[in-house]
Amino acid sequence: MNLILVTFIILLAFTSYYFGRKKALVIQSSQRLTALPKFYGYYLAAWCAAPALIIFALWSVFEPSIVKTFILQDYTDQNLTKNELQLIYTKVKALAAGTYTGNITNFLDESANKYIQLKGIANSAKVAIILAILIFSLSFAYRSVQKNDRMREPVEIFLKWVLFVASLGAVLVTIGIVFSLLFEAIRFFQAVKIFDFIFGTHWYPAKTFVRDGQPDPELMKDAFGAVPLFAGTFFIAFIAMCVAIPIGLLSGIYLSEYAGRDVRKYAKPIIEILAGIPTVVYGFFAALTVGPFVKEIGNAMGLEVSAESALAAGAVMGVMIIPFISSLSDDVMTAVPQNLRDGSYAMGATKSETVKKVIFPAALPGIVGSILLAVSRAVGETMIVVMASGLAANLTMNPLESTSTITAQIVVILIGDQQFGDPKTQSAFALGISLFIVTLFLNVIALSVVKKYREKYE
Amino acid sequence: MNSFKKNLLKKRYNAERRFQWYGKIAIGLALSFLAVFMFQIFSKGYSAFQKTWIVTEVHYDKELLLIDAESPSKDDLENADYYDVAYKAMTSLDPGLPEEEDRQLIQMVSYKYEAEVKDLLLKNPDYLGKIVPIKLTASDDVDQVHKGNYPRDIPEENRRVNDYQLQIYDMLNERGDILSEFNISFFTSPDSREAELAGIASSFMGTVFSILVCLAFSFPVAVLAAIYLEEFAPKNKFTDFIEVNINNLAAVPSIVFGLLGLGVLLAVFNLPRSTPLVGGITLSLMTLPTIIIAARASLKAVPPSIREAALAMGASNMQTTMHHTVPLSMPGTLSGTIIGLAQALGETAPLILIGMVAFVNTIPGTPVDPAASLPVQIYIWSESAERGFVEKVSACIMVLLAFLILMNLAAQIVRHKFEKKWS
Repeated sequence: MNLILVTFIILLAFTSYYFGRKKALVIQSSQRLTALPKFYGYYLAAWCAAPALIIFALWSVFEPSIVKTFILQDYTDQNLTKNELQLIYTKVKALAAGTYTGNITNFLDESANKYIQLKGIANSAKVAIILAILIFSLSFAYRSVQKNDRMREPVEIFLKWVLFVASLGAVLVTIGIVFSLLFEAIRFFQAVKIFDFIFGTHWYPAKTFVRDGQPDPELMKDAFGAVPLFAGTFFIAFIAMCVAIPIGLLSGIYLSEYAGRDVRKYAKPIIEILAGIPTVVYGFFAALTVGPFVKEIGNAMGLEVSAESALAAGAVMGVMIIPFISSLSDDVMTAVPQNLRDGSYAMGATKSETVKKVIFPAALPGIVGSILLAVSRAVGETMIVVMASGLAANLTMNPLESTSTITAQIVVILIGDQQFGDPKTQSAFALGISLFIVTLFLNVIALSVVKKYREKYE
Repeated sequence: MNSFKKNLLKKRYNAERRFQWYGKIAIGLALSFLAVFMFQIFSKGYSAFQKTWIVTEVHYDKELLLIDAESPSKDDLENADYYDVAYKAMTSLDPGLPEEEDRQLIQMVSYKYEAEVKDLLLKNPDYLGKIVPIKLTASDDVDQVHKGNYPRDIPEENRRVNDYQLQIYDMLNERGDILSEFNISFFTSPDSREAELAGIASSFMGTVFSILVCLAFSFPVAVLAAIYLEEFAPKNKFTDFIEVNINNLAAVPSIVFGLLGLGVLLAVFNLPRSTPLVGGITLSLMTLPTIIIAARASLKAVPPSIREAALAMGASNMQTTMHHTVPLSMPGTLSGTIIGLAQALGETAPLILIGMVAFVNTIPGTPVDPAASLPVQIYIWSESAERGFVEKVSACIMVLLAFLILMNLAAQIVRHKFEKKWS
């Protein structure tokens, strides 16, 4: 139904484009046109499609909630909670669609009939209103075409609005992220105290799972302490940076200061391949090759190593991050003005002394920025940890044991079927929002540091 | 020059050499990581492109098939009972085996061997009543033994292939009745719980559909947004806000987009779970900022003289943009788009959250059928314990990497071939 309506509107818009252009050619014989003939077509098409589609979209957004209020009006005198009302509404909808399998009460049956009736009314009203709007806007637009009004300006203003709305898309995504996370997270914090979440040291959400009925609040208090996850996240990120910073920075220095043009031309893109490999592939590599390898070495040295150690996951993550640091630091060091180098050489410094004492300090803000971006990348990395590090949240600083991270726990909680309204599911969103805040914070600092640095030398 | 100065100089030069070596070692390490990595994947995965068959003889005996008709129709063949015929085909490999041990032989082929016996007859109805050779898919354990991936010298009780099966295998191998051919079914069959039957067709189609959906949603919006921000936006607080927003969005971890997809697309809009449609939309939200940034950069690279010339000829701002600036910026925008899509192609975590991790053993025909995607398939298989899946994962990774290399090459070609050099 909706599809037919939208197709109809779009087809009508196309026909009105040709119609408008033809009309312009007719007008041309008697008077001077105000714009190219195609603008007459665009004008008609825009007036045809835009109002109808906007109304259609608004209608589709608001119709379900209006129908819902009408249906649930009959239940207001029963003193039901919000969740129960939601359940009833779902039942009514299922009954109307013929997919309901529970026992049917008279009351439900009545509501379902009412629902079907309301839907029918709404549908015919929608078609009628949209047809009316189409007729109205088309006749309005056609009149101004007949009068040979100015055509180009309105079309261009319309286009500009389309462009503006598109640019709001990115903002809309951000709003969507913040609200979807906040909405569930707030409900989570109604069940679990925010204090227990931030400072609790036991993460064991499976404990709260109780079939039918509310979980024990005492258990809830001790099950959602996120400290082990925060610690694990930063610990693995720290291991990753221990691998990535020395290798990345030294490669960056070599590429920008020592390497000949040919080496640079080939080595840089090849190192960047490391950043293009999907993380799930790294995860597989870490779990199958690096993990057992680390374990074997550890056992040979007489240490007890878990097969899913933080070290394996962190090291592989570090390899993935090398190009972020090497490429960015190469860029910022290449951007250091040549006269700083020349000055240092003129004083008799060797190349490495120049790099260490002059170029590196000059490029430091940019390098710090690149490292912060890399840290934010490591904190948000998911698949490597899910596959290579353990899934049990241990609070440990031993790189040979398994730890878990925020991202890995989100996946563990949400893999498979979820039940909304369950504190365990909601806790994933609470973790999500803490992850979002941490990475946002790191990015904002990194970007402002890099930006300040750029201004210094431009 | 006294000796103290000489020593100092020597020290400094040594430090210089050391420092250079550090740099070389760092680059060498980075490159060797890549090399080791590629070597591991290829050496583990290439054997998955070979499939092992066991050749035996099958007697399409009418009596055992329970076919009564003189000249049976297609339906009769379809409904015949193949159990005994298939069973006999396998047990004839070692007629001396007592009946209660027959599972050992049956386990050497895939559990679908009965269907394979049936398919051969349906394809060649004139085989009825004859004894013909037939190729049966070897079980993944035999397959791994044949490829040499399975050690034969561990004690029997720890081995999934017992001594008797190895003996039969050796006998068949000597007779040349173990065939190894290019594994077409890896590309044409959907996922399966059995390693020897599992293929990437369903996840491949899932990936293709989600990338197309992603392209359809993100490309138009991103390009229009970039045009607005670069060409029309007034310089004020609000457009600054949009800019900061886009930059930050590009750095949000992908899993957060998965939460968005779950919390909004599935819970609020009630779109179908586990489908490439939802996966594609989620990925499109992720690629949106990447494409906007690329498109803005390439719009910025169009020299102002082009705009000035168009304006001087009397074109309006909109005409200048749409007729000149945007077409000239397209190569850069397109290559940025392809790179953004390549990133989306490798994403796993958001797709897991929206349920594209479900076991799907059908090949999806539309974007609203449940499907997996290649990276998710890698995840699913690597969680399986069976040895046969290790090479499947590596092969799947090779397909994914090939896909990525192709896309990046395409981006390079678009950029270098079509981009105009100003100056």
